[in-house]
Amino acid sequence: MSDRTVAFPSGASLPQAAAPAAASAPRFYVTEAHHPENSTLLGFWLYLMSDCLLFACLFAAYGVLGRSYAAGPTGADLFELPLVAVNTSLLLLSSITYGFAMLEMQRRRVRAVLVWLAVTGLLGAGFIGLELNEFVHLIHEGAGPQRSAFLSSFFTLVGTHGLHVSFGIVWIAVLMLQVAHQGLIAENRRRLLCLSMFWHFLDVVWIGVFTFVYLMGVLK
Amino acid sequence: MSGNDHTHGDAQHSGHHTLDELSLGGDGHGHQDHGQASHSSFKGYMTGFVLALVLTAIPFYLVMGKVFDKPSTTAVVILALAAVQIVVHMIYFLHMNTQSEGGWTLLALLFTLVLVVITLSGSLWVMYHLNENMMPAMHDMRNMP
Repeated sequence: MSDRTVAFPSGASLPQAAAPAAASAPRFYVTEAHHPENSTLLGFWLYLMSDCLLFACLFAAYGVLGRSYAAGPTGADLFELPLVAVNTSLLLLSSITYGFAMLEMQRRRVRAVLVWLAVTGLLGAGFIGLELNEFVHLIHEGAGPQRSAFLSSFFTLVGTHGLHVSFGIVWIAVLMLQVAHQGLIAENRRRLLCLSMFWHFLDVVWIGVFTFVYLMGVLK
Repeated sequence: MSGNDHTHGDAQHSGHHTLDELSLGGDGHGHQDHGQASHSSFKGYMTGFVLALVLTAIPFYLVMGKVFDKPSTTAVVILALAAVQIVVHMIYFLHMNTQSEGGWTLLALLFTLVLVVITLSGSLWVMYHLNENMMPAMHDMRNMP
Protein backbone atom coordinates (compact mmCIF):
# COMPACT_ATOMS: atom_id res chain seq x y z
CA MET A 1 0.00 0.00 0.00
CA SER A 2 3.04 2.30 0.24
CA ASP A 3 2.72 3.26 -3.41
CA ARG A 4 -0.58 4.95 -2.65
CA THR A 5 1.25 7.75 -0.90
CA VAL A 6 3.09 8.83 -4.06
CA ALA A 7 1.54 12.08 -5.18
CA PHE A 8 0.58 12.36 -8.84
CA PRO A 9 -0.29 15.55 -10.65
CA SER A 10 -3.96 14.67 -10.86
CA GLY A 11 -4.08 13.01 -7.48
CA ALA A 12 -4.81 9.65 -9.10
CA SER A 13 -3.54 6.64 -7.21
CA LEU A 14 -0.74 4.68 -8.74
CA PRO A 15 -1.60 1.35 -10.33
CA GLN A 16 0.02 -1.66 -8.73
CA ALA A 17 2.02 -2.58 -11.80
CA ALA A 18 3.79 0.78 -11.87
CA ALA A 19 5.21 0.50 -8.34
CA PRO A 20 8.85 -0.24 -9.29
CA ALA A 21 9.04 2.60 -11.78
CA ALA A 22 7.63 5.09 -9.31
CA ALA A 23 10.79 5.00 -7.26
CA SER A 24 12.97 6.26 -10.12
CA ALA A 25 10.83 8.57 -12.20
CA PRO A 26 7.20 9.66 -12.10
CA ARG A 27 5.03 8.26 -14.88
CA PHE A 28 2.76 10.76 -16.47
CA TYR A 29 0.13 8.39 -17.73
CA VAL A 30 -2.14 5.83 -16.16
CA THR A 31 -2.35 2.31 -17.43
CA GLU A 32 -5.76 1.56 -15.95
CA ALA A 33 -9.03 2.25 -17.73
CA HIS A 34 -9.88 5.91 -18.19
CA HIS A 35 -12.55 7.39 -16.04
CA PRO A 36 -14.96 9.69 -17.79
CA GLU A 37 -14.39 12.91 -15.88
CA ASN A 38 -14.15 16.20 -17.74
CA SER A 39 -15.38 14.50 -20.81
CA THR A 40 -17.00 16.73 -23.38
CA LEU A 41 -17.10 13.79 -25.75
CA LEU A 42 -19.14 11.65 -23.36
CA GLY A 43 -21.55 14.53 -22.85
CA PHE A 44 -21.87 15.00 -26.58
CA TRP A 45 -22.44 11.30 -27.02
CA LEU A 46 -25.29 11.50 -24.49
CA TYR A 47 -26.78 14.38 -26.51
CA LEU A 48 -26.61 12.20 -29.62
CA MET A 49 -28.37 9.40 -27.76
CA SER A 50 -31.18 11.80 -26.81
CA ASP A 51 -31.33 12.88 -30.44
CA CYS A 52 -31.57 9.20 -31.29
CA LEU A 53 -34.68 8.95 -29.08
CA LEU A 54 -36.19 11.93 -30.90
CA PHE A 55 -35.69 10.18 -34.22
CA ALA A 56 -37.06 6.94 -32.76
CA CYS A 57 -40.31 8.76 -31.94
CA LEU A 58 -40.50 10.15 -35.48
CA PHE A 59 -39.78 6.71 -36.92
CA ALA A 60 -42.51 5.24 -34.70
CA ALA A 61 -44.95 7.92 -35.92
CA TYR A 62 -44.06 7.12 -39.51
CA GLY A 63 -44.36 3.40 -38.81
CA VAL A 64 -47.88 3.91 -37.48
CA LEU A 65 -49.07 6.44 -40.06
CA GLY A 66 -46.94 5.46 -43.05
CA ARG A 67 -49.74 3.51 -44.73
CA SER A 68 -52.54 6.00 -44.05
CA TYR A 69 -52.74 7.49 -47.52
CA ALA A 70 -56.21 9.09 -47.18
CA ALA A 71 -56.92 7.99 -50.77
CA GLY A 72 -53.93 10.07 -51.80
CA PRO A 73 -50.62 9.16 -53.42
CA THR A 74 -48.59 6.29 -51.95
CA GLY A 75 -44.87 5.94 -51.50
CA ALA A 76 -44.71 3.80 -54.63
CA ASP A 77 -46.29 6.67 -56.60
CA LEU A 78 -44.05 9.39 -55.20
CA PHE A 79 -40.58 8.12 -54.36
CA GLU A 80 -37.90 8.17 -57.02
CA LEU A 81 -35.38 5.58 -55.88
CA PRO A 82 -32.53 6.64 -58.23
CA LEU A 83 -32.66 10.10 -56.63
CA VAL A 84 -32.63 8.53 -53.16
CA ALA A 85 -29.66 6.37 -54.20
CA VAL A 86 -27.74 9.50 -55.28
CA ASN A 87 -28.65 11.22 -52.01
CA THR A 88 -27.52 8.19 -50.00
CA SER A 89 -24.18 8.06 -51.81
CA LEU A 90 -23.63 11.79 -51.24
CA LEU A 91 -24.12 11.35 -47.50
CA LEU A 92 -21.97 8.22 -47.37
CA LEU A 93 -19.20 9.98 -49.31
CA SER A 94 -19.41 12.93 -46.94
CA SER A 95 -18.90 10.52 -44.04
CA ILE A 96 -15.67 9.18 -45.49
CA THR A 97 -14.40 12.66 -46.41
CA TYR A 98 -15.01 13.76 -42.83
CA GLY A 99 -13.03 10.71 -41.79
CA PHE A 100 -10.17 11.93 -44.00
CA ALA A 101 -10.39 15.31 -42.30
CA MET A 102 -9.98 13.55 -38.94
CA LEU A 103 -6.94 11.64 -40.22
CA GLU A 104 -5.36 14.89 -41.42
CA MET A 105 -6.15 16.43 -38.04
CA GLN A 106 -4.12 13.67 -36.40
CA ARG A 107 -1.23 14.57 -38.71
CA ARG A 108 -1.71 18.26 -37.80
CA ARG A 109 -2.13 19.44 -41.40
CA VAL A 110 -4.33 22.52 -41.21
CA ARG A 111 -4.73 23.05 -44.94
CA ALA A 112 -5.71 19.43 -45.66
CA VAL A 113 -8.22 19.49 -42.80
CA LEU A 114 -9.82 22.60 -44.26
CA VAL A 115 -9.98 21.06 -47.74
CA TRP A 116 -11.65 17.87 -46.51
CA LEU A 117 -14.05 19.84 -44.34
CA ALA A 118 -14.98 21.93 -47.36
CA VAL A 119 -15.55 18.79 -49.45
CA THR A 120 -17.70 17.34 -46.66
CA GLY A 121 -19.72 20.55 -46.44
CA LEU A 122 -20.26 20.62 -50.21
CA LEU A 123 -21.42 17.01 -50.26
CA GLY A 124 -23.79 17.80 -47.41
CA ALA A 125 -25.05 20.86 -49.29
CA GLY A 126 -25.62 18.68 -52.36
CA PHE A 127 -27.64 16.29 -50.22
CA ILE A 128 -29.77 19.13 -48.83
CA GLY A 129 -30.20 20.60 -52.33
CA LEU A 130 -31.52 17.32 -53.74
CA GLU A 131 -33.79 16.83 -50.75
CA LEU A 132 -35.26 20.33 -50.99
CA ASN A 133 -35.72 19.76 -54.72
CA GLU A 134 -37.66 16.59 -53.93
CA PHE A 135 -39.81 18.36 -51.32
CA VAL A 136 -40.66 21.21 -53.71
CA HIS A 137 -41.51 18.70 -56.41
CA LEU A 138 -43.82 16.79 -54.04
CA ILE A 139 -45.58 19.93 -52.85
CA HIS A 140 -46.12 21.08 -56.44
CA GLU A 141 -47.69 17.72 -57.23
CA GLY A 142 -50.20 18.32 -54.44
CA ALA A 143 -48.43 15.82 -52.16
CA GLY A 144 -47.55 18.29 -49.44
CA PRO A 145 -47.48 17.51 -45.72
CA GLN A 146 -51.18 18.38 -45.36
CA ARG A 147 -52.31 15.79 -47.93
CA SER A 148 -52.35 12.70 -45.73
CA ALA A 149 -51.05 11.30 -42.45
CA PHE A 150 -48.46 9.39 -44.47
CA LEU A 151 -47.10 12.58 -46.01
CA SER A 152 -47.25 14.50 -42.70
CA SER A 153 -45.11 11.90 -40.97
CA PHE A 154 -42.86 11.60 -44.02
CA PHE A 155 -42.12 15.33 -44.15
CA THR A 156 -41.61 15.51 -40.38
CA LEU A 157 -39.15 12.62 -40.26
CA VAL A 158 -37.15 13.40 -43.40
CA GLY A 159 -37.36 17.15 -42.76
CA THR A 160 -35.99 16.78 -39.23
CA HIS A 161 -33.05 14.80 -40.57
CA GLY A 162 -32.48 17.43 -43.26
CA LEU A 163 -32.57 20.15 -40.62
CA HIS A 164 -29.90 18.31 -38.65
CA VAL A 165 -27.71 18.04 -41.75
CA SER A 166 -28.23 21.77 -42.43
CA PHE A 167 -27.08 22.66 -38.93
CA GLY A 168 -24.14 20.29 -39.42
CA ILE A 169 -23.14 22.26 -42.51
CA VAL A 170 -23.33 25.54 -40.55
CA TRP A 171 -21.19 23.91 -37.87
CA ILE A 172 -18.63 22.80 -40.48
CA ALA A 173 -18.43 26.37 -41.81
CA VAL A 174 -17.93 27.78 -38.31
CA LEU A 175 -15.24 25.21 -37.49
CA MET A 176 -13.44 25.90 -40.76
CA LEU A 177 -13.19 29.57 -39.73
CA GLN A 178 -11.97 28.61 -36.25
CA VAL A 179 -9.38 26.16 -37.57
CA ALA A 180 -8.21 28.70 -40.16
CA HIS A 181 -7.78 31.39 -37.49
CA GLN A 182 -6.50 29.41 -34.51
CA GLY A 183 -5.02 26.32 -36.08
CA LEU A 184 -5.48 22.82 -34.71
CA ILE A 185 -5.35 23.72 -31.03
CA ALA A 186 -6.72 21.28 -28.46
CA GLU A 187 -10.09 23.08 -28.29
CA ASN A 188 -10.56 22.93 -32.04
CA ARG A 189 -9.59 19.28 -32.14
CA ARG A 190 -12.20 18.54 -29.48
CA ARG A 191 -14.79 20.46 -31.51
CA LEU A 192 -13.85 18.57 -34.66
CA LEU A 193 -14.30 15.28 -32.79
CA CYS A 194 -17.77 16.34 -31.61
CA LEU A 195 -18.78 17.34 -35.11
CA SER A 196 -17.36 14.05 -36.37
CA MET A 197 -19.71 12.14 -34.08
CA PHE A 198 -22.62 14.38 -35.09
CA TRP A 199 -21.97 13.92 -38.80
CA HIS A 200 -21.52 10.14 -38.65
CA PHE A 201 -24.59 9.89 -36.43
CA LEU A 202 -26.67 11.64 -39.10
CA ASP A 203 -25.47 9.10 -41.62
CA VAL A 204 -26.59 6.33 -39.27
CA VAL A 205 -30.06 7.91 -39.03
CA TRP A 206 -30.16 8.16 -42.81
CA ILE A 207 -29.66 4.37 -43.05
CA GLY A 208 -32.95 4.05 -41.17
CA VAL A 209 -34.62 6.65 -43.38
CA PHE A 210 -33.71 5.19 -46.74
CA THR A 211 -34.49 1.64 -45.61
CA PHE A 212 -37.64 2.19 -43.57
CA VAL A 213 -39.16 5.13 -45.46
CA TYR A 214 -38.03 4.98 -49.08
CA LEU A 215 -37.23 1.34 -49.83
CA MET A 216 -40.04 -0.15 -47.72
CA GLY A 217 -42.34 2.66 -48.88
CA VAL A 218 -42.25 1.49 -52.48
CA LEU A 219 -42.87 -2.15 -51.53
CA LYS A 220 -46.48 -3.19 -51.81
CA MET B 1 -17.17 29.63 -23.21
CA SER B 2 -14.02 29.94 -25.24
CA GLY B 3 -12.09 31.54 -22.39
CA ASN B 4 -13.17 28.86 -20.00
CA ASP B 5 -12.13 26.18 -22.40
CA HIS B 6 -8.75 27.72 -22.79
CA THR B 7 -7.77 27.77 -19.14
CA HIS B 8 -9.20 24.33 -18.75
CA GLY B 9 -7.20 23.05 -21.70
CA ASP B 10 -3.97 24.50 -20.33
CA ALA B 11 -4.56 22.87 -16.98
CA GLN B 12 -5.08 19.58 -18.73
CA HIS B 13 -1.86 19.87 -20.63
CA SER B 14 0.25 20.35 -17.52
CA GLY B 15 -1.39 17.26 -16.10
CA HIS B 16 -0.90 13.69 -17.12
CA HIS B 17 -4.02 13.45 -19.23
CA THR B 18 -2.59 15.36 -22.19
CA LEU B 19 -4.94 14.21 -24.90
CA ASP B 20 -6.99 11.59 -23.17
CA GLU B 21 -10.11 13.67 -23.36
CA LEU B 22 -9.49 14.18 -27.05
CA SER B 23 -9.16 10.63 -28.20
CA LEU B 24 -12.57 9.66 -29.44
CA GLY B 25 -12.05 5.95 -29.35
CA GLY B 26 -10.16 6.13 -26.09
CA ASP B 27 -7.88 3.32 -27.08
CA GLY B 28 -6.27 3.50 -23.67
CA HIS B 29 -3.04 5.16 -24.75
CA GLY B 30 -3.68 8.74 -25.74
CA HIS B 31 -0.58 8.67 -27.93
CA GLN B 32 -1.95 10.85 -30.69
CA ASP B 33 0.47 13.62 -29.85
CA HIS B 34 3.45 11.39 -30.44
CA GLY B 35 2.47 10.65 -34.00
CA GLN B 36 1.80 7.00 -33.37
CA ALA B 37 -1.00 5.10 -35.01
CA SER B 38 -4.15 5.68 -33.05
CA HIS B 39 -7.75 4.53 -33.09
CA SER B 40 -8.77 5.97 -36.46
CA SER B 41 -6.73 4.90 -39.44
CA PHE B 42 -7.09 5.23 -43.18
CA LYS B 43 -7.55 1.47 -43.40
CA GLY B 44 -10.33 1.51 -40.81
CA TYR B 45 -12.23 4.27 -42.58
CA MET B 46 -11.86 2.60 -45.98
CA THR B 47 -12.98 -0.78 -44.61
CA GLY B 48 -16.05 0.87 -43.15
CA PHE B 49 -16.72 2.79 -46.34
CA VAL B 50 -16.51 -0.25 -48.60
CA LEU B 51 -18.69 -2.32 -46.26
CA ALA B 52 -21.24 0.52 -46.03
CA LEU B 53 -21.24 0.91 -49.81
CA VAL B 54 -21.95 -2.79 -50.34
CA LEU B 55 -24.58 -2.86 -47.59
CA THR B 56 -26.27 0.16 -49.22
CA ALA B 57 -26.10 -1.16 -52.77
CA ILE B 58 -27.65 -4.55 -51.97
CA PRO B 59 -30.98 -3.25 -50.56
CA PHE B 60 -31.38 -0.76 -53.42
CA TYR B 61 -30.71 -3.59 -55.89
CA LEU B 62 -33.17 -5.91 -54.11
CA VAL B 63 -35.97 -3.32 -54.23
CA MET B 64 -35.31 -1.71 -57.61
CA GLY B 65 -34.60 -5.02 -59.35
CA LYS B 66 -37.61 -6.70 -57.69
CA VAL B 67 -35.47 -9.72 -56.85
CA PHE B 68 -37.86 -11.43 -54.44
CA ASP B 69 -41.46 -12.19 -55.35
CA LYS B 70 -42.80 -11.56 -51.87
CA PRO B 71 -42.45 -7.97 -50.62
CA SER B 72 -42.33 -9.23 -47.02
CA THR B 73 -39.15 -11.21 -47.79
CA THR B 74 -37.55 -8.09 -49.26
CA ALA B 75 -38.62 -6.05 -46.23
CA VAL B 76 -37.06 -8.50 -43.77
CA VAL B 77 -33.82 -8.74 -45.75
CA ILE B 78 -33.34 -4.98 -46.18
CA LEU B 79 -34.13 -4.35 -42.50
CA ALA B 80 -31.49 -6.92 -41.55
CA LEU B 81 -28.98 -5.31 -43.91
CA ALA B 82 -29.75 -1.88 -42.42
CA ALA B 83 -29.08 -3.25 -38.93
CA VAL B 84 -25.73 -4.65 -40.08
CA GLN B 85 -24.83 -1.36 -41.75
CA ILE B 86 -25.64 0.58 -38.58
CA VAL B 87 -23.24 -1.68 -36.65
CA VAL B 88 -20.57 -1.12 -39.34
CA HIS B 89 -20.98 2.65 -39.04
CA MET B 90 -20.82 2.44 -35.25
CA ILE B 91 -17.57 0.49 -35.30
CA TYR B 92 -15.66 2.04 -38.20
CA PHE B 93 -16.93 5.64 -38.25
CA LEU B 94 -18.04 6.31 -34.67
CA HIS B 95 -15.25 4.11 -33.22
CA MET B 96 -17.50 2.44 -30.69
CA ASN B 97 -15.81 -0.04 -28.42
CA THR B 98 -16.14 -1.33 -24.90
CA GLN B 99 -13.30 0.81 -23.52
CA SER B 100 -14.13 4.34 -24.62
CA GLU B 101 -14.93 6.64 -21.69
CA GLY B 102 -14.67 3.69 -19.35
CA GLY B 103 -17.49 1.89 -21.13
CA TRP B 104 -20.03 4.64 -20.53
CA THR B 105 -20.63 5.38 -24.21
CA LEU B 106 -21.50 1.76 -24.85
CA LEU B 107 -23.74 1.65 -21.80
CA ALA B 108 -25.55 4.80 -22.94
CA LEU B 109 -25.91 3.32 -26.41
CA LEU B 110 -27.35 0.06 -25.10
CA PHE B 111 -29.79 1.91 -22.86
CA THR B 112 -30.86 4.05 -25.82
CA LEU B 113 -31.29 0.96 -27.98
CA VAL B 114 -33.60 -0.57 -25.36
CA LEU B 115 -35.71 2.59 -25.35
CA VAL B 116 -35.75 2.72 -29.16
CA VAL B 117 -36.87 -0.88 -29.43
CA ILE B 118 -39.62 -0.31 -26.84
CA THR B 119 -40.76 2.87 -28.61
CA LEU B 120 -40.82 1.34 -32.09
CA SER B 121 -42.17 -2.12 -31.38
CA GLY B 122 -44.60 -0.84 -28.75
CA SER B 123 -46.05 1.82 -31.03
CA LEU B 124 -46.39 -0.50 -33.99
CA TRP B 125 -47.85 -3.33 -31.91
CA VAL B 126 -50.40 -1.21 -30.06
CA MET B 127 -51.48 0.81 -33.08
CA TYR B 128 -51.78 -2.27 -35.27
CA HIS B 129 -54.17 -3.90 -32.82
CA LEU B 130 -56.03 -0.63 -32.38
CA ASN B 131 -56.57 -0.40 -36.12
CA GLU B 132 -57.68 -4.03 -36.28
CA ASN B 133 -60.21 -3.59 -33.51
CA MET B 134 -61.55 -0.34 -34.92
CA MET B 135 -62.46 -2.00 -38.21
CA PRO B 136 -66.27 -1.90 -38.48
CA ALA B 137 -66.30 -5.37 -40.06
CA MET B 138 -64.73 -6.90 -36.97
CA HIS B 139 -67.84 -6.43 -34.87
CA ASP B 140 -71.49 -6.94 -35.40
CA MET B 141 -72.61 -3.35 -35.43
CA ARG B 142 -76.24 -4.23 -34.64
CA ASN B 143 -75.22 -5.23 -31.13
CA MET B 144 -73.60 -1.90 -30.51
CA PRO B 145 -75.45 0.55 -28.29
